[in-house]
Amino acid sequence: MTLEVLYFAWVRERIGLPRETLETQAETVADLVAELVAREDRYAAAFADTDALRVAIDQTLSEFSAPLAGAREVAFFPPMTGG
Amino acid sequence: MSVLLRASPFDPGVEMKRFSDTQEGAGGIVTFTGIVRDSADGPLRHMEIEHYPGMTQSALDDIRSRAMARWPLTDAMIIHRHGILRPGETIMMVATAARHRADAFAAAEFLMDYLKSRAPFWKKEVTDTGETWVAARAVDEKALDRWA
Repeated sequence: MTLEVLYFAWVRERIGLPRETLETQAETVADLVAELVAREDRYAAAFADTDALRVAIDQTLSEFSAPLAGAREVAFFPPMTGG
Repeated sequence: MSVLLRASPFDPGVEMKRFSDTQEGAGGIVTFTGIVRDSADGPLRHMEIEHYPGMTQSALDDIRSRAMARWPLTDAMIIHRHGILRPGETIMMVATAARHRADAFAAAEFLMDYLKSRAPFWKKEVTDTGETWVAARAVDEKALDRWA
């Protein structure tokens, strides 16, 4: 499946990209993270502690255990600091 | 105009007046404004607020809708900046209008708690010595529990 993967804040800075289009067979968000971490050190650095990260699937906050079936866009970012 | 995301500065007094002029049946209005202050690391040059363009508007609409459904408000408003902000500028503002003040105060607190931890904004502080992403505080996440 083709996924748009977006990165924000320090996740974006560590990976060095705001977004990329990926071909993946990952079944869950955690599988996708494992694929990315295996690619290059900068991904490993960004995803070193997923407890410190949040994920949204198709613009809705989700969980790392969530399935990716039918998803078009996945975003990774640190806990939000609005307000 | 109940939810507004904007890059340019705004005057909370003007927005308060605009909001209050449209309220009928409200006995009171509560407003909260967040202001850019100096960093713990020293004088701030500026703050940068990044956001998730595809998600921000819907997240803010959802937070406002939850408040409207939970309390008998005549209206609720959220304004939030993104981009580069100077010290002293207004970061965001919420306003709630209700027949009774307890509802307006509670709804404003609810809006603030959700904006802190569930709206896709990330603040970076830029000082003379460098730049730092503002870390989320456990106490802010914990604050959501009272609305569960």
